[in-house]
Amino acid sequence: MPGSLQKDVLIAVVVTALLIWLMPLLIGTYTLTVLVIYGMLGLSLGLIWGFGGILCFGQAAFFGLGAYTYAIAAINIGESTLPMILAVLVPAVFAALLGAMMFYGRLTDVYLGVITLVVTLILFKFINSTAGPQYVIGTARLGGFNGIPGFQTLNVPGDPEAYIWGDAYFYVCAIALALVYLLVSVLLRSSFGRIAVGIRENETRLSLMGYDVRARKTVLFAVGAAIAGLAGALFANWGEIVTPNLFSLGQSAEIIIWCIVGGLGTRLGPILGAAGLAYLKFLLGQQSLVDNTLITGLILVLFVLFLPRGVVPALAGLWRISFGRRPLGRIHQARRHRRRERGHG
Amino acid sequence: MSLNRRSFLAGTAAIAGAGLMPRATLAGETIKLGSILDTSGIFDAYGKPMDMAMRLAVEEINAAGGLLGKMVEVVAYDTQSDMALYSQYAQQLTRQDKVDVVHGGILSASREAIRQTMRKTKTPYFYNVLYEGGVCDRNIFINGVTPAQQVEVLVPYAMGKAGKKVYILAADYNYGQITARWIQKFVADNGGETVGVDFFPLDVSDFGSTIAKIQSVGPDLVIAPLVGGAHLSFFRQWAAAGMKGKIPLASTTLGVGNEHKVLTTEEGNGIMVAYNYSQELDTPANAAFKEKWTAAYGDSTMIHELAVSNYQGVLTWAEAVRKAGSLDRDAVISALETGLSIEGPAGKVTVDPKTHHAVLDVHIMEFENQGMKVIETLPQRQPVDTQAVCDLSANPGDNTQYEIQI
Amino acid sequence: MDLSFVILVEMLYAVASLILISAGLAVVFGMMKVINLAHGEFMMMGGYATITAVNLGVNVFVAMIVIAPLVVGLIGLVVERLVIRHLYGRLVDTMLATWGLSLFFIGLATMIFGNTTTGISTPIPGFAFGDYQINGYNFFIILVSVALLVAVLFVLKATRAGLIARGAMQRADMAAALGYSPDRIYMATFFCGSALSGLAGAVLAPLVGLVPTSGGAYIAKAFITVIAGGPSLIAGLFSSASFFGVINQVFTFAISPVIGEVALLVAAVVLLRLLPQGITGSFFKGKL
Repeated sequence: MPGSLQKDVLIAVVVTALLIWLMPLLIGTYTLTVLVIYGMLGLSLGLIWGFGGILCFGQAAFFGLGAYTYAIAAINIGESTLPMILAVLVPAVFAALLGAMMFYGRLTDVYLGVITLVVTLILFKFINSTAGPQYVIGTARLGGFNGIPGFQTLNVPGDPEAYIWGDAYFYVCAIALALVYLLVSVLLRSSFGRIAVGIRENETRLSLMGYDVRARKTVLFAVGAAIAGLAGALFANWGEIVTPNLFSLGQSAEIIIWCIVGGLGTRLGPILGAAGLAYLKFLLGQQSLVDNTLITGLILVLFVLFLPRGVVPALAGLWRISFGRRPLGRIHQARRHRRRERGHG
Repeated sequence: MSLNRRSFLAGTAAIAGAGLMPRATLAGETIKLGSILDTSGIFDAYGKPMDMAMRLAVEEINAAGGLLGKMVEVVAYDTQSDMALYSQYAQQLTRQDKVDVVHGGILSASREAIRQTMRKTKTPYFYNVLYEGGVCDRNIFINGVTPAQQVEVLVPYAMGKAGKKVYILAADYNYGQITARWIQKFVADNGGETVGVDFFPLDVSDFGSTIAKIQSVGPDLVIAPLVGGAHLSFFRQWAAAGMKGKIPLASTTLGVGNEHKVLTTEEGNGIMVAYNYSQELDTPANAAFKEKWTAAYGDSTMIHELAVSNYQGVLTWAEAVRKAGSLDRDAVISALETGLSIEGPAGKVTVDPKTHHAVLDVHIMEFENQGMKVIETLPQRQPVDTQAVCDLSANPGDNTQYEIQI
Repeated sequence: MDLSFVILVEMLYAVASLILISAGLAVVFGMMKVINLAHGEFMMMGGYATITAVNLGVNVFVAMIVIAPLVVGLIGLVVERLVIRHLYGRLVDTMLATWGLSLFFIGLATMIFGNTTTGISTPIPGFAFGDYQINGYNFFIILVSVALLVAVLFVLKATRAGLIARGAMQRADMAAALGYSPDRIYMATFFCGSALSGLAGAVLAPLVGLVPTSGGAYIAKAFITVIAGGPSLIAGLFSSASFFGVINQVFTFAISPVIGEVALLVAAVVLLRLLPQGITGSFFKGKL
């Protein structure tokens, strides 16, 4: 990862500020909000898959869990601060347990995929069959297929009457995404992050070097789930309703597609992939010429075939080819050399 | 701001055309009717004909000179059977397109996803679908049949033909749960006994074990408010097991999406239902409607209950606008609350001022040769289930979906 | 007594249908280590092929057993040539590409057939056993899945093609060195796998209403069955289908169909946690 942390933070802050200022001029803030939320969800999988090598087919489970936790807690508590915190913690704890079960069982790639997929299915089937009046948590009916509408939405902490909605809510979400992005950057620069990448590259080597691979994978998995949970809670606030669809395989599939299209192993890729494809889906809803599922499928196939690394790495490569060898690029070059040496070391 | 976005969308002709004009003059020239339906994805069998019906109604209104001297313009969004898109497009319709009315929503979940947005932005909202009843909100008008309207007439008829022991198989969500409770109530009211109730999530498609279970209980009648493509398998597997001639079936949902045209005659014949509309309805209004549909789309076999509901919903709104002489929300609602009625393809539809639901004709029907043969017509049924809990004239600020306690 | 017979038939049927819906995926996965996530959509297309053929006046059994597998097999061949062959050896990429294909086929089927549920009625009447009516078609499905297992076993064990296939499965490089092009073996395998998926979809079509998204209901189950089965093709398929089928039906009869499904899924998680290589990774080693 080139560049120092300070520079990274500076760039992120400036770019975020610019985007928060410019984007609402192009797209309605309500739509933008959900793009930002999906961006965060994309980032959550991008972190564990792109940097940790854990392919999770059930990232939607944590997203849905976050949303449901928020909705249920908000109905029972009536003030949004604690529910927001719970919505991050519950998926994280759930993921930690699930991760511990999987990683301490030394399950890898396909088997990991199956387990996460199955767990998502179980959650989906369970939530989907809770329409009866007997399924109540506190005062919140789980509602089954129809989901839970009408919960307290985000308010200024401590003042349940001061709702944050509309443009203000967009700014909250955008800043939350920026913070999560910075947090992920910091995490990846820490020794924990570097070792996580090392585990992705060669698990055996890292474990022979004395690192507890299983515990580290579990923690990374939980961090990813926490981010997805936060995205879920923000989504619940945005849509003002949560439905079992949040847990569906289709949702999980979309998250994976975002990451693939945006670019794995980058922080920006999954965010851009998510926002871009979600906006495309929104635009496609306004035409009825070609079936939308068909287009989504075609995009995924073409990307896997022709651009398996995704848009962001491809663009970055293009950038390097076009501008990388200018005199100014000497510093970068030096850095690249250093990195290459590190890579071989 | 929206000009940029609009020109970006230049592909969609109607919207882009509108985008080139300044908004103020635009609002002066047309009335905007927002429509929000699943015209792709798993619910499009319901949504597509509804969309066609809505456009047909608007064409008719425009051909007759429009409303208040203005043309009605349709602003339609396809929600792709995705509940998240409902929230998104509802915002789009109310805050950016600033439509004068919204018609749409299919599943109850989709209605609940957008109802509060409509209420907050004071956009009159018409939900034109058969549903579980109980919504009490001054901003919404609902003209589909509710369980009481259907079940109240269907249960005694079916029990009279079959017997007193009833087994219920219902879809496991809000609609099925509430409808099952109503069925139990009316079975008891008619001196019968409910011997079993089973709920199935919408994706269950294997009913073999259930059919065995039903046989071990041995009811006289099975009532099945099952919903969607997967549940259609029940009727197939029931016939395949040879149960068809043994225990009669009734349903409150089968046929709403023209399922009777999918089942073969052996599978379908004799299933008892009760709805507001059937293509086989032998009335001049229905004949004229089918003719118009054929003229517009070439083939009238797609028409179904929900499409007719949507058509009647648009007509009801148009009538209210004419009566109010204005597009103002409160004026339109007041006009609707006068107990306004229209003549639709399925007969007379009257707005019930207390509940904003509809008083309509309900027909008891039986499937026959992939059609729905009308056995008996019960004119102008009241939505008694919702009336029992909801009174908007006494309590106009109400904003809840009541669950009926039985 | 009558009821227990009915339950027994339902259990056999559950096992048989699991074998049927997983067979195509198992062949492709077992031979090529490719997980075809468009498997469910291949089944869906098998169903549509059958219905279209029946509506054109073809005998329903011919449509199910000949036409549907052929049509879907050919579609599979095209898919293999255009997409899959570029991705051999990249397990995750093939999964993603076939996932994309599955969405593509759903969209395509929606554009061609619409989202309205279609179907044909079962060609075999039900019959009475004591006080109970049994779906006669269940027996047909049990029969087909037994025939299918026997046929696959026969082809692999007793024919030259099977020998080559098994060789390529164990050591693709060695098979290549002996002059058998792995490319063509894979192509043929994918054709067979797709044809089996098509057959499964066709045979199940009369029981269920068919919509373009029908495939989604099968893929998760098939995926779980195949992975839990482990490396042996037939032994794995048979053992895991029996395990899951019985668990599913026991809970379905005892409680409800939903609990049956959930029990199946929970059993899968537990099983994979205890036997991470699948059932045949630990038992029946070396069997086919």
